[in-house]
Amino acid sequence: MDGLHLELLPPLLKGFKTTLMLTALSIVAALAFAMLAGLARMSRRVWLRWPAAAYVEVFRGTSLLVQLFWIYFALPMLLDIQLSAMTAAVLALSLNYGAYGSEVVRSSISAVPKGQTEAAIALNMTPSQRLRLIILPQAWRMMLPGFGNLQIELLKGTSLVYLITLADVTYQAMMLRTYDLSSTAAIFVWLLVLYFAAACALTLLVRLAERRAAAGRS
Amino acid sequence: MNQNNPINLNKTPIVRYRHITKAFGERTVLNKLDLDIFPREKLALIGPSGSGKTTIARLLMTLEKPSSGTIEVDGEMLWHMPAKGKLVPASEKHLHRVRGKIGMVFQHFNLFPHMTIMRNVSEALVHVRGLDKEEAKRRAAEMLERVGLSEHVGHYPSQLSGGQKQRVAIARALVMEPKIMLFDEVTSALDPELVGEVLEVIKGIASQGDTAMILITHEMDFARDVADRVLFTDGGSIVEQGTPEEIFERPQSPRLQAFLSRFLKEEPNGRVAAGAEP
Amino acid sequence: MWKWEYVEKILPKLLEAIPVAAGAALAGFALAVLLGLPIALARRSRNRWLSAPVAAAAEFVRSTPLLVQLFVLVFVLPQSFGIRLSPFWAGVLGLGIHYSTYLSEVYRSGIEAVPKGQWEAAIALNFGKWRTWSRIVLPQSVPPTLPVMGNYLITMFKETPTLSAITVVELLMTAKIAGSASFRYVEAFTLVGLIFLLLSYPSALLVRMLEKRLQRREGRIGSR
Repeated sequence: MDGLHLELLPPLLKGFKTTLMLTALSIVAALAFAMLAGLARMSRRVWLRWPAAAYVEVFRGTSLLVQLFWIYFALPMLLDIQLSAMTAAVLALSLNYGAYGSEVVRSSISAVPKGQTEAAIALNMTPSQRLRLIILPQAWRMMLPGFGNLQIELLKGTSLVYLITLADVTYQAMMLRTYDLSSTAAIFVWLLVLYFAAACALTLLVRLAERRAAAGRS
Repeated sequence: MNQNNPINLNKTPIVRYRHITKAFGERTVLNKLDLDIFPREKLALIGPSGSGKTTIARLLMTLEKPSSGTIEVDGEMLWHMPAKGKLVPASEKHLHRVRGKIGMVFQHFNLFPHMTIMRNVSEALVHVRGLDKEEAKRRAAEMLERVGLSEHVGHYPSQLSGGQKQRVAIARALVMEPKIMLFDEVTSALDPELVGEVLEVIKGIASQGDTAMILITHEMDFARDVADRVLFTDGGSIVEQGTPEEIFERPQSPRLQAFLSRFLKEEPNGRVAAGAEP
Repeated sequence: MWKWEYVEKILPKLLEAIPVAAGAALAGFALAVLLGLPIALARRSRNRWLSAPVAAAAEFVRSTPLLVQLFVLVFVLPQSFGIRLSPFWAGVLGLGIHYSTYLSEVYRSGIEAVPKGQWEAAIALNFGKWRTWSRIVLPQSVPPTLPVMGNYLITMFKETPTLSAITVVELLMTAKIAGSASFRYVEAFTLVGLIFLLLSYPSALLVRMLEKRLQRREGRIGSR
């Protein structure tokens, strides 16, 4: 039993809770940004398209860690506000992965056959009804694989919040090291296992969503 | 050329195309087309592919915008609206109102794959007509009964044959009670043995009489059976029109004669239409 | 809030850090390219004893954070195996191993895109397994994947700030040092962001151009 170093788990799990909460919050926010930006980029109105495109290109073209540092250190100085590490983390993660997600949204909506839009027009649905009832339900199914990959990337990205001293599971692992340097290897093994377990759980969630989205259809 | 139909002289047209031109980039598909369609009229559109017949339908269904000209539906302009004494391009609200009088069935069905048959047919009744769910389901069930698909209400489109899918599509469009129904080559994508069931349904609708119908079709027999008037288009204009007897028995223009001879001898799926020479 | 004189002071230091970041990215990319192919081939192997463990290991590396993997290289290797790497090379190794798992997927899709008929022609002409791979399959599978590979290089460049956690003095670390000296973070971090944007956006456009060029050539050559 000693070889397994189970005593390392409780402190790690405390930080793991934070990691999971951070992941969940950021996924939800990233989804919202992805939908908004993806739809905005397909809009005919230039005042929607260009800001959305700028947002996507800036957040995709710069590094997540730089964004995290900027939001946590530079933004409060600029706006003279206080930002908790958690808030900064959720902002950085959701803005970054929301930008990548917007591409998934855009390409999925474009992939819905044109005939579906035409049938909806023929039935005199308004543009928002078309989007809500016909296009998005079909596009959603196509978005799931891309979203599945992105949420794993997001989970991995949460490890960076250690560098802004947010007490996630990586932070706890590094703390444990200071108490007992000799268990370094065991600590990191457990750390990796915990992340892998979370990744597997997320993948499972997406598989379930994919199955539900395909209900009744071939 | 006088476009007014000698058959329905005393009725006011329900659709009027006036000087309709439609160009796609360099290609002009329709050139200053004039066309009147009368209430409850069954109009067949025949002609070679690319002759503009589908575009005539799509302009009416607001799937394409005319490059110039006007279309009047039931007394109102479709693509234009009055504003301060002039005609300006129609707003989405105006389009939405007039579009409600037109329905369309597509060559490739375009059923909503993520909805059951019942929902496919009732969805627009709920969200566009504003009916409550129960009433919408009732009407949808009635319409599905009419097209012979009652036992499939809980199925999804992927579980149906092509002929069944097209009948659902007809039910979906018809349940909205349009004044004009467009049928765009609705049997061209079907296997030959499934064509008949769809044509039967359309004949049933035609005989019940209330809706004007524009039928774009290659099924000449069917056109002859159902249509009050047949239009032959070629190169973007109406070359000849008349009753089915006039068009099929006594074609006047050389282009129509050439088209019919090519067509009636051997149809795309290898069948020979009745009345053609052996 | 924004002091241009301060920008003048730190910009040269930041620009000096670019070669470090670019070097780490390129070296890591080279390693990933080299490792990715054997991983892809091993995963395709019909020998379950080879394909299953490699696939599991690759999935494990791919699904766990690079940061933690870097810590393993820098803390566990010396302690448990007596191997001591400089931060830069630990970073290169970490990047290379982590991204080799991604590149192995790219190799795989390229290989699967080669038409079955090519394999059959190779058999008919009695090419051996080695020659089939080196002369027929790989030359066809790799070029279409170049744009995707290019995108990964750009991604790895954007990942180099993570190396600051193991004390590699790349762009972010330089900005942190400069910023903490005078407590002015706004200019430092904004500049780093801009530098990344100005380097990665044109690169991404270049990759997209390369992609279009490759598609056009495929179209002209036609089906085989």
